[in-house]
Amino acid sequence: MTGRAYALQRLSALVLIPLALIHLGLTLYAFHDGLTAAEILSRTRGSMFWGLFYSLFILAIGLHGTIGLQTILRESLKLSRKAAGMAAGIAGLLLIIAGLYAVAAVLLP
Amino acid sequence: MANDKTLNVEVWRGAEDGRFESFEVPARDSQTVLDVVSHIQRHLDETLTYRFACRVGMCGSCAMTVNGRPRWTCRTHVSRVARNGRLTIAPLRNLPVIKDLACDMTPFFDKWQQARAVFDPSTTRDDPVAAITPDSPKRREASAAIECINCAVCYAACDSVTWNPDYLGPAALNRAWTLVNDQRDADQRARRAAIMSDAGCGNCHSHQSCTELCPNELNPTRSIAGLKRLAMKNLFGGEPS
Repeated sequence: MTGRAYALQRLSALVLIPLALIHLGLTLYAFHDGLTAAEILSRTRGSMFWGLFYSLFILAIGLHGTIGLQTILRESLKLSRKAAGMAAGIAGLLLIIAGLYAVAAVLLP
Repeated sequence: MANDKTLNVEVWRGAEDGRFESFEVPARDSQTVLDVVSHIQRHLDETLTYRFACRVGMCGSCAMTVNGRPRWTCRTHVSRVARNGRLTIAPLRNLPVIKDLACDMTPFFDKWQQARAVFDPSTTRDDPVAAITPDSPKRREASAAIECINCAVCYAACDSVTWNPDYLGPAALNRAWTLVNDQRDADQRARRAAIMSDAGCGNCHSHQSCTELCPNELNPTRSIAGLKRLAMKNLFGGEPS
């Protein structure tokens, strides 16, 4: 892994730590209070804050996961740098597309 | 350890596709693992191949894998590492085996060159000597990481090298860190490129096996952490100082 990839991996981890904790807290709060899907959607739809929050969350996951997966593929499966980069890049891209699609589903009216 | 006891020693024989061979060696007081290997070579099987020179922990040539861990054998007492009078002695991991306990150190030293872990002077002998105070922060960082004897124990201990044989490894990067902190050095740009390359500091998983097993009690993980901080500074456009 290059120094730049290492730094991006660490930076994305720093972004993910608070976002993941807030996300977990939010999930527990929603389930504990017995909010229905309709009640949750009424709070998220049209919310600029949650839109930015979860978009950043997804992008950080995509970046962190792509770099990490590339390293795992190279070190554990002995793939070449190029092959591991392509495989991890496709996986990361799919993750980001699916994630942003989910964000759009709970945000857009 | 009583003199009338016997050690059961398993020794690697052959090259990569070799096997372990058993020997019985008399146990002695204050006996080192190198003493055991030398006894086998001198009294039991003269064809045993191994490498040593100084016998006092300075030259770094006698490192072997002892009971699964890389050790400098001349300063490793049998009483500290033997389990029920048994020793298993193998060549160092992560390096090609030439024969028996002797490894080919070429990849290890090639990586020192690749990491630009060599001093490149910025002045000549005719220039005044650079004034570096012993308590300056950079001198302190460098001082903490010098005294490496190139034994390759850290390199053999490193799982990251096993997983990625291109990785420069703890010894070369530890030396590079001392030079990053050497204000007299003239080759910082090339060294920085090597350190931040695909084979560089980003490959370290911070397992700290190098630090745990370094016979000179150096801390290569800490040095590599310093290089990783430079990687973070680079990301934000800062020139590493």
